[in-house]
Amino acid sequence: MSTEVISQIDVDRTRGDFHYPEQHTFDAGTGLSHATIDYIADVKSEPDWIREFRHKALDVFFSKPMPTNWASKDLENIVFENIRYYLANSQRPTRSWDEVPDDVKRTFERLGIPEQERKFLAGVEAQFDSEAVYSNMKKALGDEGVIFVGSTEGLKEYPEIFKKWFGKVIPTGDNKFSALNSAVFSGGSFIYVPPGVKLKHPLQAYFRINAENFGQFERTLIIADEGAELMYMEGCTAPKFETATLHSAVVELVAMKGAKIQYVTVQNWSANVFNLVTKRAVAHEEAEVRWIDCNIGSRLTMKYPGVILKGRKARGEVISIALANNGQHQDTGAKMIHAADETTSNVISKSISIGKGRATYRGQVHIPKHLKGCKNNTECDALLINSTSRTDTYPAITVRGSGNSVQHEASVSQVSAEQIFYMQQRGLTEAQAMSLSVNGFVNDLVREFPMEYSVELKRLIDLEMEGSVG
Amino acid sequence: MTDSLLQDAPASATLPEWFRSTKTAAASAFETLPMPTRRDEFWRFCNIKAFDPQDFTPARPVAREISAELVAASNGLKTSLGSFVFANDQLVARRAAPELAKAGVVWLPLSEALVSHSDLVARYFMQTDSVLGSAKFQALHGASVKEGSFLYVPKGVRLSAPLEAFHWLAGSGQAVFPHTIIVAEEDSSVTLVDWFKSAGEARNMACGVNDLHVGSGAEVRYVSVQEWCRQTVSLHTNATTVAKRGSSIHLGLHLGGAFSRSESLSRLTGAAARCDMLAATVADSAQEFDQRTLQDHRSPETYSDLLYKNTLYDQAKTTVSGLIRVEPHAHKSDAFQKVRNLILSPDAEANSLPGLEILADDVRCSHGATTGEIDAEELFYMQSRGIPARDAYRLITYGFLNEVLERFPCDTVRETLQETLRARLRSH
Repeated sequence: MSTEVISQIDVDRTRGDFHYPEQHTFDAGTGLSHATIDYIADVKSEPDWIREFRHKALDVFFSKPMPTNWASKDLENIVFENIRYYLANSQRPTRSWDEVPDDVKRTFERLGIPEQERKFLAGVEAQFDSEAVYSNMKKALGDEGVIFVGSTEGLKEYPEIFKKWFGKVIPTGDNKFSALNSAVFSGGSFIYVPPGVKLKHPLQAYFRINAENFGQFERTLIIADEGAELMYMEGCTAPKFETATLHSAVVELVAMKGAKIQYVTVQNWSANVFNLVTKRAVAHEEAEVRWIDCNIGSRLTMKYPGVILKGRKARGEVISIALANNGQHQDTGAKMIHAADETTSNVISKSISIGKGRATYRGQVHIPKHLKGCKNNTECDALLINSTSRTDTYPAITVRGSGNSVQHEASVSQVSAEQIFYMQQRGLTEAQAMSLSVNGFVNDLVREFPMEYSVELKRLIDLEMEGSVG
Repeated sequence: MTDSLLQDAPASATLPEWFRSTKTAAASAFETLPMPTRRDEFWRFCNIKAFDPQDFTPARPVAREISAELVAASNGLKTSLGSFVFANDQLVARRAAPELAKAGVVWLPLSEALVSHSDLVARYFMQTDSVLGSAKFQALHGASVKEGSFLYVPKGVRLSAPLEAFHWLAGSGQAVFPHTIIVAEEDSSVTLVDWFKSAGEARNMACGVNDLHVGSGAEVRYVSVQEWCRQTVSLHTNATTVAKRGSSIHLGLHLGGAFSRSESLSRLTGAAARCDMLAATVADSAQEFDQRTLQDHRSPETYSDLLYKNTLYDQAKTTVSGLIRVEPHAHKSDAFQKVRNLILSPDAEANSLPGLEILADDVRCSHGATTGEIDAEELFYMQSRGIPARDAYRLITYGFLNEVLERFPCDTVRETLQETLRARLRSH
């Protein structure tokens, strides 16, 4: 098959590649010290327990070495002193669209937020840089007792709900980057859905990075109380800058008995972003947690969503699509920790490597002693587009005791030359055929995304495929 | 820390200069290299504490009457062209069919080959660096090795029957360093079986190394049957290189030992080279088996296929970490890997780490790992036909592992291995 690369055209990122002059009222400067923490806590006028939490986290961050086991060498290129850890336009999220500054509005309009909201979204929490700029919730949601706020507001206004789980699913010391997030977090979404409330519409937040050298450390905590159901969607498009940008989020999900949480991410970072995210969920009895994850762009992404299956018959799922283009390393995967009888988990991961891109799957499945009836299924498929593309798979599966069943399968292949030939015969160009074939490869997973996301996703894949075939 | 292990290895003056300097270099490498820890990726899940070389001294020769007993107990294949019996790294019996010499085959104990075929041995002796974590132990082996099998098969010679070697370990607190070299020249064909056995039940250590060199179009079939006693700790590393159109089959039958680690590298250096890596493991009581493999595709159109099966009883623990690596230019390569764990006890633990590193695009690679128990329906079916549960368990387990042995093409060898496996399962 002739997949000779004529030119590795830099992908058209015009859609996300724009920014406006920065006018940040609050800016903690570059570098990180206890003074930075005090500054952030002062600006946010946080209660003492949060300030203390941040200071402790900073000490943990300083004391922890960079990750060695799963880490890529590229991590060493992060210069923590050159990063701005906090800046915000205004402290209180504005609720009315009119109050949003014009340039910010223009940025969001290009991202299509108001339009999507008009359509059917239940609530929008749009984060611009660190602080939620625009936040609006439909009255009906509030009436049902649903709380959908930013992290600062959540901890300040509803400590009785959020304090109990904050930092419990992912402790500060989990890894160096979760410690960093715990020290300097701002923005993100805190959501509480009361018992039995089933949200019909997804909750959505857009995150953007707009300031050069600025790390984004949003903190998300979602609690679905007994029998509650919700879907949360997170989309990311970042503008392009010359120097590396760090994004290190912490996302904690708690699904109480019988609750269902679906967490959908479509990520399209620009190619200079380090995206180091810790995502973990706890699923209690008969609860179900699904991570639906799509990673496109970024320089290095390290993201392994996990589910701790804590209650009997809990179910965890990770569905993930990763696309690695030139200069990009998508290091993604899943962790399934079974901690109760009859828990089941499913991981389906598909990756595409284009040009010199590298896609890596890392997985962990753990079934400890004396559990019965646990099941795990893992499938990872990798597609290689060019001869310079690379893919790796590193799962680790531990099963203690009989009575459980685990299966793992992975395959690596390239686009079938016959398929391409067939489509070319029917008048498609090679590039069109290739794009169609790649879309077919991920199609069964794309269907798991909400409709407007799956449309966007297919378009993103087409964009990334441009220039990869000669 | 391990002076006692090294001081007893004065290289005999009759040995070639290159060998003595290799040993000296290995001894200093052993002393400088750090002891691996569980934090090293290659030692993840491994109970490394079971492996302190400090507890052992190089094995002393066994008494004449014991070695006679061991020779008598060396019942392996029904027919073979030649055999060696080693006890504590000393040759105690040998046999070679006349057809070997006639065909120009060199079948010598390593200590003799070092003198009579020094240049030939030098070309193949420990030429492959450790890539799966055991650099320190490979250095220990290099510093301490005295004896082993050297098998050289000239171009075009196809041996009609297999050869075999017995490696006995006797005494207590003793360490042996078995070594096997097979050099198969162009279009030759050879089968060798290594038996690792203990005389007695004392705690000893084995640290072995294999070098298998498969020439263009040659076929090498190698079997290692590990039947150490339940106190022995062992670490074996195997390096197979396969030249163009060559093919190698490597089968491990792992039955004994307290802690056994085996590392197996298959490096496909020539176009259209092929390797099959097979292992069947029975783990019970508190046995631990740690197996690490690398299928290293360095040329186009190469083919590798791995099938490792473990059955786990009691508090046994197994770890299989297998990596497939396809280099950027190794296009049109196929690589497969299958790991199957059958857990028969609530206290056993199976770890699987199947890995892929693919740097070429025109490839077909897949791996699969499963862990499960005996299907209740299968058991019910057999019981409803009058087979007692215990027998049914054993039959299903045997069938499960026999699938690995069935892949070995040489009938006489396979039948002997099947008997050995049946005997091992008899107590379950």
